[in-house]
Amino acid sequence: MCSLEKRDRLFILKLTGDGEHRLNPNLLDSLRSTINQIRSDPSSSQSVLITTSDGKFFSNGYDLALAESNPSLSVVMDAKLRSLVADLISLPMPTIAAVTGHASAAGCILAMSHDYVLMRRDRGFLYMSELDIELIVPAWFMAVIKGKIGSPAARRDVMLTAAKVTADVGVKMGIVDSAYGSATETVEAAIKLGEEIVQRGGDGHVYGKMRESLLREVLIHTIGEYESGSSVVRSTGSKL
Amino acid sequence: MCTLEKRGDIFHLTLTGDDEHRFHPDTITSVLSLLEQAKSQSTKGSVLITTGHGKFFSNGFDLAWAQSAGHGAIERMHQMVKSFKPVLAALLDLPMPTIAALNGHAAASGLMFALSHDYVFMRKDRGVLYMSEVDIGLPVPDYFSALVVAKVGSGIARRELLLSGKKLKGEDAVALGIVDSAAHDSAEGVVEATVSLGQSLAAKKWNGEVYASIRRSLYPELCRMLELTANNLATHNL
Repeated sequence: MCSLEKRDRLFILKLTGDGEHRLNPNLLDSLRSTINQIRSDPSSSQSVLITTSDGKFFSNGYDLALAESNPSLSVVMDAKLRSLVADLISLPMPTIAAVTGHASAAGCILAMSHDYVLMRRDRGFLYMSELDIELIVPAWFMAVIKGKIGSPAARRDVMLTAAKVTADVGVKMGIVDSAYGSATETVEAAIKLGEEIVQRGGDGHVYGKMRESLLREVLIHTIGEYESGSSVVRSTGSKL
Repeated sequence: MCTLEKRGDIFHLTLTGDDEHRFHPDTITSVLSLLEQAKSQSTKGSVLITTGHGKFFSNGFDLAWAQSAGHGAIERMHQMVKSFKPVLAALLDLPMPTIAALNGHAAASGLMFALSHDYVFMRKDRGVLYMSEVDIGLPVPDYFSALVVAKVGSGIARRELLLSGKKLKGEDAVALGIVDSAAHDSAEGVVEATVSLGQSLAAKKWNGEVYASIRRSLYPELCRMLELTANNLATHNL
């Protein structure tokens, strides 16, 4: 499902196994509880989170097959991912997505919910696939897209052409921070960046608050207008 | 005045005649009805390309018609501003990709008409974008500003477009991120380029309703102003 490794002040969260890392309820619960674990670690406000994955996929989105077999689970997966994204936005530490495989739809949203997106250029793409597979895009996804992609033309290309955005194109579009030759190089670069950030110091709690205010629109769409991401009690695990 | 023609997958909406293609209540009604026609005939893979003949794409509202009413001028202006909103709404809601191929100048509401398309191509050699309102002392309707904010990202570009009274040539408009292309040296060149883009979009055979829904959700504030419900089916469509 997912694993957590701590290297000094770096938390390395990995979506494990060679599959598509589809965001089904179990994986989402596992990710949320791992994020909670990270949040409650005493060193959390002087640390950095790196999220990466094994295999060909970062995440290929929601478990659509599951949703088809049980339609009520779409609502469940959507709610759990909203909570996870809110958790990431309120996390009292910088976050880095080391994208070493395809990130589609909800999987792309998950990657983009990190402060930094580092990506391999030799394989894989970011892909908001909804137009191609005839799915409607929830307003909260659009809030993430709007919060992270500044150019209206780039947002149009991502959402209205279902562009398969490779790392170098992503850098040009302002979605990806930097591109690397391989999966290993991407993860190494993420670790190096994480270490530089840790060296800079600073208070993770203040960082988290600032990020919440920068991405206020996303928080409004995920957890509502009057809640603060970090003030909602999260130690009980699943909010749903 | 304006025509709608279908060639293959592409609907060609053309503002005909060598005049300024100003928006007057009759033109507005015509354009609206042709857009409705395109919508009703749309299938997977449909695309709209809008262009004009002559020196102008469109030079804005028919101010002469408004002024000819003397004391009734303001009333006529209000009428045009109000009745033009559904034209932009129809474009934002059209169940197919839309491309504006600017054969010439686009000013004020004519520029808004162009910007309401998903892609805007200009000529390199001729034609300017011009928000004339600041020069002629006309306030800009709120839905015009909302459109500019929705489609133009940089603060500097928004200022240049809305507040500077500048006549922006193709290359400037591309640099400011207002239009997608100004690479071709003639009206035919621009149309050819848009047809080429149109064909590659048509080949995707997208579902027009889904396309329109995603487009609406890209511009929620603008859609609210145009009285288009942005997608409301938020949670239940994975």
